[in-house]
Amino acid sequence: MLELTVFSLLNGLVYGLLLFMLSAGLTLIFSMMGVLNFAHASLYMLGAYFAYSISTKVGFWPGLVVAPVLVGLVGALIERYGLRNVHRYGHVAELIFTFGIAFLIDEFVQLVWGKQTMDYHGPGILNFPLFALWGIDFPAYKAFMLAISIGIFIALLVVLTRTRVGLIIQAAISHPNQVAMLGHNVPLVFTGVFGFGSALAGLAGVIAGPELGTFPGMAAVLGSIVFVVIVVGGLGSLWGAFLASLLIGMLQTFAVAVDYSLGDLFAKIGIPLSKTSALSDLYTATVAQIGPILPYLLLVLILIFRPTGLLGKREV
Amino acid sequence: MAAVASTAAAGRKSFLRRNAVWWLALAFVILLPQVAHSGTAIAVLNQMCIMVIFSLSYNMLLGQGGMLSFGHAVYFGLGGYFAMHLIQIASAAGFFMPLPLTPLAGGLAGLLFGLIFGSFSTNRAGTVFAMISLGIGELIAASSLIFVKFSGGEEGITGDRTDLTPLFGVNFGRDYQVYYVIAAWMILSAWLMYRFSRTPLGRMANAVRDNPERAEFVGYSQKRVRLLSFMAAGFFAGIAGGLFALNYEIVTEETVNLTTSGVVLLQAYIGGVGFFAGPIVGAVVYTLLQTLLSNYTEIWAFYVGLIFVATVMYAPTGLTGIIMMHQPIYRAGKLRSLALPYLQVGAPALCCAIGVIGLLELLHFVSVRAVGQSTKHLFWMTINVGQPTPWIVFALLTVGGFLVARRQAPKLTAAWDAATAQLHARGER
Repeated sequence: MLELTVFSLLNGLVYGLLLFMLSAGLTLIFSMMGVLNFAHASLYMLGAYFAYSISTKVGFWPGLVVAPVLVGLVGALIERYGLRNVHRYGHVAELIFTFGIAFLIDEFVQLVWGKQTMDYHGPGILNFPLFALWGIDFPAYKAFMLAISIGIFIALLVVLTRTRVGLIIQAAISHPNQVAMLGHNVPLVFTGVFGFGSALAGLAGVIAGPELGTFPGMAAVLGSIVFVVIVVGGLGSLWGAFLASLLIGMLQTFAVAVDYSLGDLFAKIGIPLSKTSALSDLYTATVAQIGPILPYLLLVLILIFRPTGLLGKREV
Repeated sequence: MAAVASTAAAGRKSFLRRNAVWWLALAFVILLPQVAHSGTAIAVLNQMCIMVIFSLSYNMLLGQGGMLSFGHAVYFGLGGYFAMHLIQIASAAGFFMPLPLTPLAGGLAGLLFGLIFGSFSTNRAGTVFAMISLGIGELIAASSLIFVKFSGGEEGITGDRTDLTPLFGVNFGRDYQVYYVIAAWMILSAWLMYRFSRTPLGRMANAVRDNPERAEFVGYSQKRVRLLSFMAAGFFAGIAGGLFALNYEIVTEETVNLTTSGVVLLQAYIGGVGFFAGPIVGAVVYTLLQTLLSNYTEIWAFYVGLIFVATVMYAPTGLTGIIMMHQPIYRAGKLRSLALPYLQVGAPALCCAIGVIGLLELLHFVSVRAVGQSTKHLFWMTINVGQPTPWIVFALLTVGGFLVARRQAPKLTAAWDAATAQLHARGER
């Protein structure tokens, strides 16, 4: 039991921090522009594919730097030449636009790289078990993912709260017009934040690609989860996104390990339920089986009962 | 007496005339299989009709109610599952169930789940609604893989429509027999949805979309108006799902998942959400692209995506909107003055499109080709992708076409303004 808890904690931490890297950019973009960027997870996927292509030519490490920059550029172009034009049609049109871009990127990836899973793996230098507990190895690559995510989190915090750029961004979130009056180029800040958020998503893709697999469905796997994270955490709240990322990460990794069902619970308190009735799926499904739907259940519940999310100040 | 009789006659006449469009549509769908009677054509028509109902139901939300849903496939798919279960139960138990009525089970399921999910998601429109619909969509899609007894898991559930008791000696084994069922449901549903949009409730849905606060001041609960529209949309999506089950005799997770929800958004938006006929145009165009274009290229979905994004960016009123824009100019007899400018912009734009298509097809070919393969058939030519010439030609067409089209665009704008200026001067729109 202890080993299960420790490893679920570690894996949940790795997964949760990865989610944070995605949701941080998304929530920043939302708080500035009021746009929920549907294409965010697609940019994450693009990062993994770029990094894969680079890694086949010059190895893993250059891809770690170049791929996020490329994805950031793609993001900036989307904002500058797409989103900005659609802005005048309102938020719903913007949402539909980013949805279209997500569709386009997903198809583009299949167009260029095909439908099969790419043979993208981490650097050989990290291909060893960092430590072993109770006979189970913890790979060094996961520790590396953890280090990158924590590094990004700290860097983000420092940039946003301690630098001049961060101050302008924070001001532009709450008072864009006044910031523009003071002579700052607010549209440029928007493009920059969108590009930076995209680059973060790209970086997440670069480091997650070898671990979670680089395939055309990888955006769909995380896409909706990231939305869950930022809504649960509270839209626009970086700390909320951080908390919710860890929460969802833990929820998903712990759910996999729990092999009990509702039926078992009822049996334990003395109410045995029929195993053959048509509705028996409802209570014979184990927590591990219903793991994938838990985040969405959480999303719906949060939206009904606390639309501001855990730490958010404004409603969705 | 005579006066009463004559008003009744006038009423009958105006009823016929008022619904002329619908009678024409009915005649059209009945006669269509006489022209397009091949197996493929009927299959395409069946799919098209199902998608028309589905898209129209989606537009009750997006176009008429201002609710952007990312999970409308939930009601389509659940409708399909319930209709399929009805077919299974009826054929196993052997009770009399007329096949043309089975989609009603789907519709009622859609209505019921519309009530359940709508009861907490229609409080507000906009982003909240979009997010809840996304959450419910993912929830149901994931659940359909878990609750295997109901949904059959990844294989889905299947049934045989010919196991139902034959109706007037017809067992609906052939596709064209099902076509008439589907087409009849399409006309009926479309007519009902059109009537719905003309009821006070349908009008209030528009009001709530445009200004919920003022609608409240007039005395209508925005939530209740949205909920009722939502349930109606769920009902018709369920009908479409039931017809899907009837036509394909299999319902899988694919019918409830996010991809299907995305497709219906694509269809409705490309067609134009601001018009009742928009989703019909969108569904027809999308199905044609899907079935015909996929014969020629593997990357048809990418082209559809391009069309969609272009629609969102440059023509938010959709294809129907573009057509309707020309109506007043046509009525004023000014359409001819636009022909030359259209040609001046259209020709280079076509060059640009050919260039883009060429580049994309070559790119795709290079990435998926078998080892040693180096020639591709494209635009009735055989192209050696190893040589730089075709790449350069297509790139030049793309860039050149784009630049020339952009240069010519002001002429089109000027001609457009000139054509509409006279209309404005005459006080017409």
